[in-house]
Amino acid sequence: MSSLRRRKPINESSDSKHKAEEEDEDHDDVDADGDDDVNGKNKKTPSKIKKKRGEKPPKQPKWSCMDTCCWFIGCICITWWLLLFLYNAMPASFPQYVTEAITGPLPDPPGVKLKKEGLEAKHPVVFVPGIVTGGLELWEGRECAEGLFRKRLWGGTFGEVYKRPLCWVEHMSLDNETGLDPCGIRVRPVSGLVAADYFAPGYFVWAVLIANLARIGYEDKTMYMAAYDWRLSFQNTEVRDQTLSRIKSNIELLVATNGGRKVVVIPHSMGVLYFLHFMKWVEAPAPMGGGGGPDWCSKHIKAVVNIGGPFLGVPKAIAGLFSAEAKDIAVARALAPGFLDNDIFQFQTLQHVMRMSRTWDSTMSMIPRGGNTIWGGLDWSPEEGNSCAKKREKKNETQIADQAGSENAVCKAKSANYGRIISFGKDVAEAPSSDIERIDFRGAIKGHSAANTTCRDVWTEYHDMGFAGIKAVAEYKTYTADSLVDLLHFVAPKMMARGTAHFSYGVADNLDDPKYKHYKYWSNPLETRLPNAPDMEIYSLYGVGLPTERAYVYKLSPHAECSIPFKIDTSADDEDTCLRDGVYSVDGDETVPVLSAGFMCAKGWRGKTRFNPSGIRTYIREYNHLPPANLLEGRGTLSGAHVDIMGNFALIEDVIRIAAGASGEELGGDQVYSKIFNWSENINLQLDEEIPVHLSS
Amino acid sequence: MASNFLRLRKPYYVESTINCSSSSDQKLVNLSFGIDETRNQTKKRQAKEHHGRRSCLDSCCWVTGYLCTTWWLLLFLYHCCLPFTVVHEVPQLMPAARLKREGLTGIHPVVLVPGIVTGGLELWEGKPCADGLFRKRLWGGGGFTQLLKRPLCWLEHLSLHNETGLDPPGIRVRPVPGLFGADYSAPGYFVWDVLVKNLAKIGYEGKNLHMAAYDWRLSFQNTEVRDCALSRLKSKIELMYRANGNKKVVVVPHSMGVAYFLHFLKWVETPPPMGGGGGLGWCAEHIKAIVNIGPSFLGVPKAVSNILSAEGKDVAYFRAMAPGVLDSGTLGLRALEHVMRVSRTWDSVVSLMPKGGETIWGNMDWSPEDEHVCDFSKKRYFRLSPSDNNVNKSNAKQVFRVKDPVKYGRIISFGKAASVLHSSQLPTAVLKEILHMSASRNFTSSCGEAWTEYDEMSRESIQKIGAADKAYTATTLFDLLRFVAPKMMNRTEAHFSHGIADNLDDPKYNHYKFWSNPLEMKLPDAPNMEIYCSYGVGIPTERSYVYKLSPSNKCKRIPYQIDTSVDGEDRSCLKSGVYFADGDESVPVLSAGFMCAKGWKGRTRFNPSGINTYVREYQSKPLTSGIKSTAHVDIMGNIALIEDILRVAAGATGEEIGGNKIYSDILRMSERINLRL
Repeated sequence: MSSLRRRKPINESSDSKHKAEEEDEDHDDVDADGDDDVNGKNKKTPSKIKKKRGEKPPKQPKWSCMDTCCWFIGCICITWWLLLFLYNAMPASFPQYVTEAITGPLPDPPGVKLKKEGLEAKHPVVFVPGIVTGGLELWEGRECAEGLFRKRLWGGTFGEVYKRPLCWVEHMSLDNETGLDPCGIRVRPVSGLVAADYFAPGYFVWAVLIANLARIGYEDKTMYMAAYDWRLSFQNTEVRDQTLSRIKSNIELLVATNGGRKVVVIPHSMGVLYFLHFMKWVEAPAPMGGGGGPDWCSKHIKAVVNIGGPFLGVPKAIAGLFSAEAKDIAVARALAPGFLDNDIFQFQTLQHVMRMSRTWDSTMSMIPRGGNTIWGGLDWSPEEGNSCAKKREKKNETQIADQAGSENAVCKAKSANYGRIISFGKDVAEAPSSDIERIDFRGAIKGHSAANTTCRDVWTEYHDMGFAGIKAVAEYKTYTADSLVDLLHFVAPKMMARGTAHFSYGVADNLDDPKYKHYKYWSNPLETRLPNAPDMEIYSLYGVGLPTERAYVYKLSPHAECSIPFKIDTSADDEDTCLRDGVYSVDGDETVPVLSAGFMCAKGWRGKTRFNPSGIRTYIREYNHLPPANLLEGRGTLSGAHVDIMGNFALIEDVIRIAAGASGEELGGDQVYSKIFNWSENINLQLDEEIPVHLSS
Repeated sequence: MASNFLRLRKPYYVESTINCSSSSDQKLVNLSFGIDETRNQTKKRQAKEHHGRRSCLDSCCWVTGYLCTTWWLLLFLYHCCLPFTVVHEVPQLMPAARLKREGLTGIHPVVLVPGIVTGGLELWEGKPCADGLFRKRLWGGGGFTQLLKRPLCWLEHLSLHNETGLDPPGIRVRPVPGLFGADYSAPGYFVWDVLVKNLAKIGYEGKNLHMAAYDWRLSFQNTEVRDCALSRLKSKIELMYRANGNKKVVVVPHSMGVAYFLHFLKWVETPPPMGGGGGLGWCAEHIKAIVNIGPSFLGVPKAVSNILSAEGKDVAYFRAMAPGVLDSGTLGLRALEHVMRVSRTWDSVVSLMPKGGETIWGNMDWSPEDEHVCDFSKKRYFRLSPSDNNVNKSNAKQVFRVKDPVKYGRIISFGKAASVLHSSQLPTAVLKEILHMSASRNFTSSCGEAWTEYDEMSRESIQKIGAADKAYTATTLFDLLRFVAPKMMNRTEAHFSHGIADNLDDPKYNHYKFWSNPLEMKLPDAPNMEIYCSYGVGIPTERSYVYKLSPSNKCKRIPYQIDTSVDGEDRSCLKSGVYFADGDESVPVLSAGFMCAKGWKGRTRFNPSGINTYVREYQSKPLTSGIKSTAHVDIMGNIALIEDILRVAAGATGEEIGGNKIYSDILRMSERINLRL
């Protein structure tokens, strides 16, 4: 590239030089030929040019602009080919060689290292990908998607987004009422390991882990990617694709063909919830469940190794549903600032995204669960006392110690109210609860003023609300986890009606209540019991040390006809309370706060509790985030970010050891850097099995 | 600015080079015309410009630029016009579109079983030379580019272990799972893709459509031993059966997949540990129909020449590639030897050897195809009208009175004379001689490292075998192969058998090596199942070969080759040393149709429960390609075949789609075969 860039000006200058020379030589020619030609000079020039140019018309004595263009393109092409050729001829190990030359020898990838230790493939491995990382392909489409049969719509290059954006949005959306396929469109998950090894070319998800597992002898018959359509609600994947049945049948097959060795399941992100759902489903009797019997899990599963699991949901999902605006859930939103926001959709990108993502039931599985008990009320939150100055201190260690100390002092004086997940205005977010005047929005009457013909094609439910409704929402000022669910019911009634049929966000009082047999509770760890499998192990592996969205400061957006009426107030900044661009952040892996990823394993399931009656052992393994040392390392081997952690060597090593048969104790038990245990202590959740009333009396 | 420009160009450029290969002829002509023209121009210019007013480099740049611009322009126009042209073709290409309008929807889950060489293979563990190819394709898809980049490394990784027939140490190459495994065999060369598209149109998707990918290099039982491929297939079929409301599956095997699935049928009902333990009713419970496409039930003669000299016309298209790529200098002029070395480690090739011996394939003087008319250019099947039929038949007989009938039974003959003379004029001691020689065989090679097993044979024995006027039939062939390739035959005879069973109740037939041979196994007890034999006819297909000693007698050379100088007169079946019979270019009609036409027809000892069989032939029309082609692999895009499969998948029975549809002589050929049923 650099050589090309240098070359261009030279080309141009030489080009012009050539032109000059040409003219000179033309004159020379004329003189030289003059002796031979007797017929006079009038005819000479054209005839000579004919000789020179073959069939070119005589009107172009010099290189025309066209020629120069061609020449220029030719130059570039040739150089490009040359580079391409060199690149292809380059041995595959060359980049590694360069890296090693610069930074010294790289550490062995964990697979190689552990193979030297003599580890071998033992337990079959099942991967459960998370939201948005799985590929989707087209099986039946409308006319505009002609020729895309079995091509990827999601994942891969996303080429179709550029070529036919509206068509793409149409095909990616689900039916607004049923949450299943719209009529005439069938988009299905890609199956096999290719489904989620790379999300986009070069952006690995599972590929590094797979490659390392392969080093110690894993292959297709001992690995299985439980690909599912991540847009659907969990039970609907069974209804439409029989995905849960397939997973069950495949796990049974893996166990049978590997000499009865139980599987190690590795879910990532939303896959964690999906697999929770699966464990309940498989033991529930048919027709609602899989009919595997009450000891299916203990017979088939050795360990569940959750990576970055949002057990209790993520606040990010709220912002995503409320205004389509949160920082990325995985990477969909990372794409958005790049190209979704520019003119392709004529300024309505966000509305389109919102309309599309609101048809995806699965996004509702990520809404914070457990309400105020877990996420904190108006005046308290489990993370109370979290100081973000400490984090900054860690980052710039060069700072003078005095300064850092003083900042710490300030921080303690002023702590963020994380419990207020959405507040309207910065002052509301910081004021003591007694000062806030709130007007209940629940009874507010929705107007019908905003439904306007110009907005038809980007219709979102906001247009049903009208000004009155919007105002009522803003008047309530601040929302905690409990009231958030009501808020979503208010602003997006259709979506939530669909969602509440499939998901539940509460805390169970009495788990024996027969209503908890319904599938909508299965993916909520606070409303289900773990299966009866005392030999199973549950791990929670996640990154820490990255600021993670926890609460938002909102404002009303200047009301235009078709836009989303709320947006994050990016002007709200407060160094001391971790408020940046309208977002309060806490410790986490950039997507999932520590609280959500760790609480269940740290407290909710620790020992014999009512959520874990058989006393399944739980382990927490945290990985401190370190940014990549240099550019050549790519996304780093020490990263703790939500998706990048899949390439973290320490994590991969742990996973391989578990797959090769190690138990949690052999790994070293808990490995904790954050304050998850302190925070869990702050949460007041009943864990002992209460004595049923009829027995006590 | 410049970098921006380039970044834009890059993908565009790559696209244009890819499209090069698939663009229409007209454009290629245009382009090459353009090249010639501009070359002429530059030559002229260079010749006439002594002063060199533009340097050579500049002219080159100009020419390339000119060409590129034109190319892009054409490409652009092509893409602009494409939508319009496609719209007109679609209804033709998609029989499913029409059937859907008739109200057809997919009912039965469909399992596709690919054949030899069409399935993709990917690398899971390799030697250092294959660095960076982890989970990249070695076979199929883009895998063949590796062949050009590092040919020896590629061959090494595709070879199997010479003794076990399994992975060599340190190398793991595995089949690509899922539909991607075999939808395209190379970019633009479809195998299953057209069929899958059509199935999708009537409602099929991942949950009721499965590709049973397996490693086609291994012997069938080894796919279970190494990859659990048979167990997976069983579990998959059971799952699809349950998940689709207890609808039985329709299985569509192709080519060698046919034998593989026969093996599966026996395996699944056999108790463990050798079998899958599905119990005796498993097939009856789970399988509705088996639609065999281009089935090689009784093997193909091509496999013989492939093993003997790596030389037959392509099995699928491996050999079609060979003349272009393998014979050129890339491998140092030993391409064929390399191919032979690699393909002899593949057990599966042996499964394609002719089965049934002389009873099926004919002996020295007799063959079931005796009345075959070879003039493919003129011969068409006029049997549609009965009067024509008789005339044609008598004509054919007259033709044959003039000429001697072709002795197809002699699959390999050394020298043309041996292929024509009456058997009494040929020496008879061949067999004994070979056996004798093989007993006294302890010759050490003088060629250093042995390339192929030929290097371990003594010169004299090679000469003796290759001496003129010897001929081998389907039975004696095996003695020959046992002699020239003892290791391979030792290995594979534990996995495959090629005989005919006398008594199927003999307990020895419970062994898995008999499972893929239709003449040594009983079909499962499943009276409601249906078996279809669907194949193309009307294309000359290799049936027997005329061999000679190869002229060069050096080390590391294959000592025999097909005598391409031998040609018959006009309208004869002999061309370039190969006798042709009717078939689909790879599989002769006899092998594809006999079992359905006679061996399994009604209640026979091979088919005790009387499973219904149907022969569906697809006639080749001259100069057709694409949607009407009937060649071995291209038939997968044949609209008539696709329509039949769709109808079966949607629940039709064999009678409903029209029962037998026969164009060839298969019925009379079968009549002539004297097999106890």
